[in-house]
Amino acid sequence: MKEYTYTEKKDTRSGFGAGLLNLGAKNKNVVGLCADLTGSMVMTDFKKTYPNRFFQVGIAEANMMGVAAGLTIGGKIPFTGTFANFSTGRVYDQIRQSIAYSEKNVKICASHAGITLGEDGATHQILEDIGMMRMLPNMTVIVPCDHNQTRAATIAVADYHGPVYLRFGRPKVPNFTDPDQKFEIGKAVLLNEGADVSIFACGHMVWQALEAAKALYAQGYHAEVINVHTIKPLDEKSILQSVRKTGCAVTAEEHQKNGGLGDAIAHLLTREQPAPVEMVAIQDRFGESGKPDELMEKYGLTASNIVTQCLKVIQRK
Amino acid sequence: MTDIKQLKKTASQIRRDVIRMVYNAKSGHPGGPLGCAELFAALYFDVLHHNPDHFSMDGNGEDLFFLSNGHLSAGWYSALAHSGYFETNELATFRKIDSRLQGHPATEEGLPGVRVASGSLGQGLSVACGAALTKKLNGDNHTVYCLMGDGEQQEGQIWEAAMFAAGRKIDNLIGIIDYNGQQIDGAVDDVMPLGDLKAKWEAFGWQVIEMNGNIMEEVLQTLHQAKSLCGKEKPVMILMHTEMGYGVDFMTGTHEWHGKPPNDEQFKRAMDQLEETLGDY
Repeated sequence: MKEYTYTEKKDTRSGFGAGLLNLGAKNKNVVGLCADLTGSMVMTDFKKTYPNRFFQVGIAEANMMGVAAGLTIGGKIPFTGTFANFSTGRVYDQIRQSIAYSEKNVKICASHAGITLGEDGATHQILEDIGMMRMLPNMTVIVPCDHNQTRAATIAVADYHGPVYLRFGRPKVPNFTDPDQKFEIGKAVLLNEGADVSIFACGHMVWQALEAAKALYAQGYHAEVINVHTIKPLDEKSILQSVRKTGCAVTAEEHQKNGGLGDAIAHLLTREQPAPVEMVAIQDRFGESGKPDELMEKYGLTASNIVTQCLKVIQRK
Repeated sequence: MTDIKQLKKTASQIRRDVIRMVYNAKSGHPGGPLGCAELFAALYFDVLHHNPDHFSMDGNGEDLFFLSNGHLSAGWYSALAHSGYFETNELATFRKIDSRLQGHPATEEGLPGVRVASGSLGQGLSVACGAALTKKLNGDNHTVYCLMGDGEQQEGQIWEAAMFAAGRKIDNLIGIIDYNGQQIDGAVDDVMPLGDLKAKWEAFGWQVIEMNGNIMEEVLQTLHQAKSLCGKEKPVMILMHTEMGYGVDFMTGTHEWHGKPPNDEQFKRAMDQLEETLGDY
């Protein structure tokens, strides 16, 4: 079993900020837009370094999405920045008509996703965004797992032509992936091989999945851990290959059980490879205020809950 | 040299096409595009620097036009076809299955001339702002136009874009409001009064001019005036007073023809009032 270690915890949003800054130098067509959250989005360095290519739009997210769509006409690659809640639910129709249906090359970059937004509470903790975005034809949905991967994903999406939803978060989490990794859209990453159960995770839950695999190993079970950083298009081949071997699956995500990664995988398995599935996710309820770690614990988004669900599906094989 | 007579003829043909398209599809919106026929003709046959034979999505080195009130599609499609973006006989496919001429404009089917989908109201001006910013970033000295409805002014996003365009000094942008006073449920003043629209846009930091949109001479003159107001660190808005349904007596000045097709008898009556000038499709 492969051991993963990290030297520091870092927030995924600062991975986005670093990636965007890198793109600023690399690609002159990259422009940034922000709806009054420049610091929270870690877009400050991009703004300072490339002031002519940064557009503060104020607290007007609907307009930001439309302006971003327009900026693509003539060749710009706009990266919009605001919290995940205001990047999706608030502006669904703008994204649907002006970006997704119109096939515009906009990168919707969303921080503070999920319950780990913490103390601000449920008004800001969007848990439905992956579902909303993955429902849209033409949309690519990416949820990287740590700082390094978010940086790599940010850089990678600029080279892909088409609308992208890139989701990341606020808290500092273990930064364990390769800083020089090449991010491949739509290609899941096999982190641990195992024959007893497949754990498919995205975002902050990938580290929890690795912790769960360790705990399962101590109990004599070999869990396969796959980082499904791209939820759409889903890496069906890797997922099916794993479940054909393990015969059962647990999904883990910081999102509602409806509409997210678990839904996508269950949909695939139902069609191609029926198998017992459990989902570690928010169980169809809103969040609340609290510290990120407390909330993850309370809502069952933990390694220990992944272990529990793995044992369940193994029993049902 | 602009041939006003020819532009008027073009407007008449656009009206004929609109009636025929909506009649053939047995659905659609005749009232709005009838009122905007002079504008479509003036823009596409005189004002716009554009490249109908070689449409490019990016539109670099061209003026751009965005139709925010997408339900005026029939009139826009007619202008696009007659100016050479696609064959006029394709107008016969309007609103039919497997057509590039969707009920509301879309890019997915690849219809030349359309750069963004519209129909869900209030979004076009934001898109136009973005396209105008890209022109500035690219050092492209062309102008971006955006037509909206007056009822559409009730959408909040319009005012987000209004604030943005003025705040960011987007002065290569000309907005046009089809000020016909009608919307689906009735008179705009009854549905949700707009108040002093001119004062509102001025208060948001725009240069506002007005015109009668159904008098070709005035439309041309005002569009050229608007162009001359560009480059002064302020966006330009034209309040274009029109009559919904203009050109067909029984459709004029009422919201009744916002979104319904004529029957056989009405179709004949309408066509009898409109001169065929460029040839029917």
